[in-house]
Amino acid sequence: MMTNIPEGQECYDAAADLAYEGCNLIFADSFGHESFMIQAAMEFPEVEFCHATGTRAHTEGLSNYHNAFATIYEGRYLAGVAAGMKLNEMIEAGTITPEQAKIGYVGAYPYAEVKSGYTSFFLGARSVCPTATMEVTFTYSWYDEAMEKEGAQMLIEQKNCVLISQHADSMGAPTACEVAGVPNVSYNGSTVAACPNTFIVSSRINWVPYFQYVIDAMINGTEIAADWTGDLASGSVELSAVNEQAAAPGTVAKLDEVKAGLMDGTIKVYDTTTFTVGGAALTTYLADVDDMGDFVGETEVVINGEFAESEFRSAPYFDLNIDGIILPEGM
Amino acid sequence: MSEKKREPLFHISKRGETPWYFAWIVRIVAIILALLVCSVISVVMTEKNPFEIYNYMYKGAFGRADKTLVTFRDVAMLLCISLAVTPAFKMKFWNIGGEGQALMGCLASAACMILLKDTLPSWLLIVVMLISSIVAGAIWGGIPALFKAKWNTNETLFTLMMNYVATQLVAFFCIMWESPKGSGKIPVINQRTRIGWLPELFGEKYVFGILVVLVICILMYFYLNYSKHGYEISVVGESQRTAQYVGIKVEKVIIRTMLLSGAVCGIAGFLLVSGNDHTLTTTLVDGRGFTAVMVSWLAKFNPFFMILTSLLLVFLTRGASEISKKMQLNEAFPEILTGIILFFIIGCEFFIAYKINFRKRTVKEETLNA
Repeated sequence: MMTNIPEGQECYDAAADLAYEGCNLIFADSFGHESFMIQAAMEFPEVEFCHATGTRAHTEGLSNYHNAFATIYEGRYLAGVAAGMKLNEMIEAGTITPEQAKIGYVGAYPYAEVKSGYTSFFLGARSVCPTATMEVTFTYSWYDEAMEKEGAQMLIEQKNCVLISQHADSMGAPTACEVAGVPNVSYNGSTVAACPNTFIVSSRINWVPYFQYVIDAMINGTEIAADWTGDLASGSVELSAVNEQAAAPGTVAKLDEVKAGLMDGTIKVYDTTTFTVGGAALTTYLADVDDMGDFVGETEVVINGEFAESEFRSAPYFDLNIDGIILPEGM
Repeated sequence: MSEKKREPLFHISKRGETPWYFAWIVRIVAIILALLVCSVISVVMTEKNPFEIYNYMYKGAFGRADKTLVTFRDVAMLLCISLAVTPAFKMKFWNIGGEGQALMGCLASAACMILLKDTLPSWLLIVVMLISSIVAGAIWGGIPALFKAKWNTNETLFTLMMNYVATQLVAFFCIMWESPKGSGKIPVINQRTRIGWLPELFGEKYVFGILVVLVICILMYFYLNYSKHGYEISVVGESQRTAQYVGIKVEKVIIRTMLLSGAVCGIAGFLLVSGNDHTLTTTLVDGRGFTAVMVSWLAKFNPFFMILTSLLLVFLTRGASEISKKMQLNEAFPEILTGIILFFIIGCEFFIAYKINFRKRTVKEETLNA
């Protein structure tokens, strides 16, 4: 295992080194690693390369290069429901008016994985708190503790956000919330130990099912799918334990109910009746599923009144700006 | 009682003539001491036997054919930038902007690959890339030289600042040419077509670049030691007044030498993009512009010694990172080890030039103490 590999030429060197070392399955997880993993896959056809969050496996046509992701938007939606309930609690207690129910979101980069994430989170929150709005800020880094902290502080102090969530990987935003006493919905894992008063719940991807799948495939000599998408049923999408101290009462029961609805299909995260884009309902959208570097959408993804996320490839491609979410100026 | 001025415990004096082998003995002793200290630290932290640690170190650099090739690739890149900054150093022009000059070379090459894509045949694109990298590097080196020559600005600060400008420029273009959208990263360029990639030689990649740097090394040796330009550089470095007195146009020499320095850095940038990494990131040069300063100094500005000093530094870096990989230590550990070794290597130069004289205990003192 090699860690701290930057998203650059170092990734190819590391992958090639592992291949020469005799590894027959090489896994990478950072989004920017993809083209370097593909480079290694081209040069080591006998080694299997798996890359989480990547987008190109289904179009590259390499039999030894695979992508994987999970329907984390379902986990985010659930986390959003918990956030919405917290907002409702604050409204009922009279600490905020319904119009002041504004969420702040610290995102990494403005591209599909992050956009899909915050949109599903917001839709979850709005499904229980209809007056909720959300403001997003970007750090342009997957891990920058200071930037994430500043982003959260800016949202709390200048934008009057009363609840914070994030999609970046450091403790920056959660600790800023704990200091400011603002409730926080986390990502990647529970931050309850560091933030006992403000942590509500966290969604995350559990990679164990995928590793089991890949290792079984290697042992049995079966093909590994070019795209593999884990979900709630496979155990790939998880919620941490709810922190009763910060969460609104009844959160656990409500989450169980919504989770069951998501699993049996009665609740759809990107139900097109629940959101508008530019004031109009979404009836058709060509997503850039086949990432040929042209940024031109080619696949119709609005099917039966739903934006079919993670249907045509594992990595998210929902990159619309829906109404109710405020983006930084100029975006 | 009269207060007698006590002699300090020790004082430092310059060494006189030493035999030629003296410096080398000091250096070898320093390296051995450095390795000893490193092994003590490694043993304390990992509880492994020190020979195992040296073994990992060796294996990290030369353990397998592919590792050896990567080691020589890295030596070549470090050597190329070290050769580039050397003429400026010999002139006592402190060019610590090798990083930025090489990065501008990278940017120029990557720009050609991205913008011209398949409009040119690969060999012609490579020529265009090489020329634009040389021009970009030379401009980046030429600007501080022009200011130094015309207005006597401080070249150390100026070249240092130019590094940051180059990094920010590259960061800007990384976002402009990003793919996929929003990722802020440039992927491997022309991955399918391999247009603008240096060809493999003897069935191995990187070899082309290594040979190019070897040729530059030989040319640089003759340029510095046997050409009129090289002589002018030495004179300007020794004393600008002398140079003026004998009729050397100092301004011209400064600008010309920095253009050369920047141009060779540009070639290094070209080799990084076209021969090694085929991408563009702000960290592509990876601090070599600064390490080059050390390589050049340790080798006393001799291009052939620089092969040895850059090999030593690359060996240490790769060895230390292998230790941390095999022992599952984090990335700070190899940096600690390289830091210790460099401390000893640089420190030993002091002992080559100076000696420490301890106070001799005199009989008088002893009786006083008693």
